[in-house]
Amino acid sequence: MSATQLSQSLAPTARAIVSTDTFKHSPALGAALALLGVKGSIPLLHGAQGCTAAAKVKLVNHFLEAIPLATTAMDEVSTVLGGEENIIQAVLALAKKSQPELVGVCSTALTATRGDDLAGAVRLLRKQQPQLAALPICVIESPDFMGGMQEGFAAAVASLLQTFAEPGAIIAGQITIVVGASLAPGDVQEIKDLVEAFGLDALLVPDLADSLDGHFAASASTAVAQGGVTVERLRLAGRSEQIVAIGASVLPAARLLAERCERPLVSFDHLMTLEAVDDLIRLLMQWSGRAVPERYRRQRRQVQDALLDTHFYFGHKQVALALERDLLTGVEAFLRSCGASIAIGLTPQMGDLHQLEQACGDVDLLISSSQASDLAGRMGVSLYRLGFPIVDRLGNGLRVSVGYGGLLNLLIGIGNQLLIDELAVNDFSSA
Amino acid sequence: MVHAPSNRELLNEPACPHNHAVHGHGADAGSQAAGQGRKKAANGCKQKALPGEAQGGCAFDGSLITLVPITDVAHLVHGPIACGGHSWGTRGSLSSGPTLHRHGFTTDLSEHDIIFGAETKLRQAISAIALEHAPAAIFVYATCVTALIGEDIEAVCRAMAQELSLPVIPVHSAGYRGSKNFGNRLGGQALLDHVIGTRDADDDLTPSINIIGEYNIAGELWSIELLLRVLGIKIQAKITGDGRYVDIAAAHCADLNVVICSKALLNVARTMEQRYGIPFIEASFYGSANVSQCLRQIVDYLVDAQVVPLSLIDDCEALIESQTARMKRRLAPYRARLEGKKIVLYTGGVKSWSIIAAAQDLGMQIVATSVRKSTADDQARMRDLLGPEGILMEKGGASEILRVIDATGADMLIAGGRNQYTALKAGIPFLHINQERHHPYAGYQGIVEMAKEIDESMHSPVWEQVRRPAPWEVTA
Ligand code: SF4
Repeated sequence: MSATQLSQSLAPTARAIVSTDTFKHSPALGAALALLGVKGSIPLLHGAQGCTAAAKVKLVNHFLEAIPLATTAMDEVSTVLGGEENIIQAVLALAKKSQPELVGVCSTALTATRGDDLAGAVRLLRKQQPQLAALPICVIESPDFMGGMQEGFAAAVASLLQTFAEPGAIIAGQITIVVGASLAPGDVQEIKDLVEAFGLDALLVPDLADSLDGHFAASASTAVAQGGVTVERLRLAGRSEQIVAIGASVLPAARLLAERCERPLVSFDHLMTLEAVDDLIRLLMQWSGRAVPERYRRQRRQVQDALLDTHFYFGHKQVALALERDLLTGVEAFLRSCGASIAIGLTPQMGDLHQLEQACGDVDLLISSSQASDLAGRMGVSLYRLGFPIVDRLGNGLRVSVGYGGLLNLLIGIGNQLLIDELAVNDFSSA
Repeated sequence: MVHAPSNRELLNEPACPHNHAVHGHGADAGSQAAGQGRKKAANGCKQKALPGEAQGGCAFDGSLITLVPITDVAHLVHGPIACGGHSWGTRGSLSSGPTLHRHGFTTDLSEHDIIFGAETKLRQAISAIALEHAPAAIFVYATCVTALIGEDIEAVCRAMAQELSLPVIPVHSAGYRGSKNFGNRLGGQALLDHVIGTRDADDDLTPSINIIGEYNIAGELWSIELLLRVLGIKIQAKITGDGRYVDIAAAHCADLNVVICSKALLNVARTMEQRYGIPFIEASFYGSANVSQCLRQIVDYLVDAQVVPLSLIDDCEALIESQTARMKRRLAPYRARLEGKKIVLYTGGVKSWSIIAAAQDLGMQIVATSVRKSTADDQARMRDLLGPEGILMEKGGASEILRVIDATGADMLIAGGRNQYTALKAGIPFLHINQERHHPYAGYQGIVEMAKEIDESMHSPVWEQVRRPAPWEVTA
């Protein structure tokens, strides 16, 4: 059953009434994550303190890194009177305390329901505090009801590009790559390495690789994002030779940039199949005029070998998926390309884990975040962890599941899980 | 905001030392009100966040912490996804039976719900949960948005309780009402208003106590339950770790309330004293001296109240002796390696006492501790425990911690999650104390567990490696 068929088969009333074990996360969390891919930034969530605390705990537990995140600390009084003043106070406090290179103001359900005017507050701040004229600020509408984490992430990417990228003379060899929430820091690094191996200059928006890939920095401050793309470089994002979007969620933002700056755009839904990665490599050859480095030629042959070695275990397997849209698209394509079948593919907008449990019959594997670990236990199947958050496995900042390298990881990782499960069944039946 | 008890009513807590500046006395026996810092202390429970800071959880979060450990109840969050999506399956509050509390139910409000009101949706959600999960009760949590748009959850809960013949409990936990601590108290208030006293205990004859303010993180409550069971003392209600709804509903049938390391739930004990004449004691399960004292206090009280025979005092002493001896035996190898080591402690409020107590068992020295969240009384007690050399850190933040570590030549930092990576990246051994931990530290056995972890961390070979200069770094 495909994802769309399933969404039709889920009783619409049931899902409208109460959500049980949702795997949706707030858009503000997604927006904050995207902002962390900008060097020296601090995300500022405009709402009551709890939204910020909850988002911070989730991000810390997943990445095992210090996560800078601030709140405008709305309380009973400011909620009634209007929160614009809180935004101004918060930005002032941050500018003084942490010398950020970017403040990203994100709305939450509370302040969006109130109808707070974020952009207006920033304009007022600029007027009242001329000394902050040079401080880059961007505004992101990320109220809870706009969707999930992926949507908030995409809204932040759109705001970054809209606020900072300017048209101008083309910078030879520069490629802007706009990535969505499905790409983990390790994925971003993989893409950067690949593009740079062709002698091109990769400008990633946002660039989580540098910021959250878990590298040791003894003396750095943790009050602002430590790595990531600089605002200075963001301003050049519209002057690349090419603009590439990876993930359907950020395609609208990338298209807007391409149109505004009159640059050519190519887009990928994912980079999780041999075919998709081949397509990207072909383009890189074309853009750079260079041959494919030997390392990637070899890696491609390794992928082909792994496909052969693992196809016994993937073949005819039924897999249930609960992931955000972009990642779901990629993982579904990957699994099909290995001969596995999708029993169910759910996005958080389509349903929750409880519905997944009820709708899916016998499956061989579940792929979701660690939120599905109780569910996997009840269903008696293994859980392969992808997505967000993963709090019961290490190395989430380093995981790579795109490009030839990522394909190898997926083939071996998921393949091993399927193999282990098969051996366990055999042990059981021969015992 | 409808029918919700006002913040001022709830903040008025005579038994809470945070309130001493107002009331001047309290149930806390050891309290010697110190002069300085009183004004600040009077507001200790509210802890208002400031714009531009990273702050702790909201009142909603606090209510969840207090109530979600009730295992056979459905916890329904009436609000948008930030509240409902962040709040389930994350805490290590263990159950010995039902696991309904591990599910996250939410109305996940849409824009349409917010504009047109979501009381109907809430009603349907309650029905759907009742039908599908047969919970012992449903707790309905208000959040910022539902309070702002004026959802009358009190009325909905009342109507649905009647319709379903099921307890449906409103919790007025709108996040913007205050801090996590304040939310703990709101959770306690919901139990007082709607749960405790609504049912009688099946067995009212066995001497019993309630444990208040212990959430059974990593199963900590169980080690204490075991000790009490040996003494023939029943726990009527666990409020709330590993709790069951009907047990809490009959909590007023117990002989004594034991409040564990929890200022926030003192209002539950105090109100129960007024309403039902149940006295309460404050105790801690951390550190052998505290555990022994706690057991003695419980037994002494029950003997005085003539609900248990006098001989229980001897039984209790025998138990304490055998447990302490066993603990000392198991602690000896760790003590040899840890004795005299210096610790900087950076963790909030009540947690500090537990660690200070455990450190004493281990012969370790606390050279500095954070007093940012402490009342004047607490600060005075800290001063006593740490001695004149000890540093009471008024300021927070990574740089301050690092400065103090430098100044004291400390061997280790014990901190909560927030500072964990700051400390780790600075190359200092640390032990992580918070709700997400996997090991129980309570009771006699817990001290051995903590010793093991402190030892592992302190003597781990990784610290040397993360400090080692890279081959390309020139060392002078
Ligand atoms: S209750 Fe309010 S502050 Fe707390 S998580 Fe929900 S919206 Fe955020």
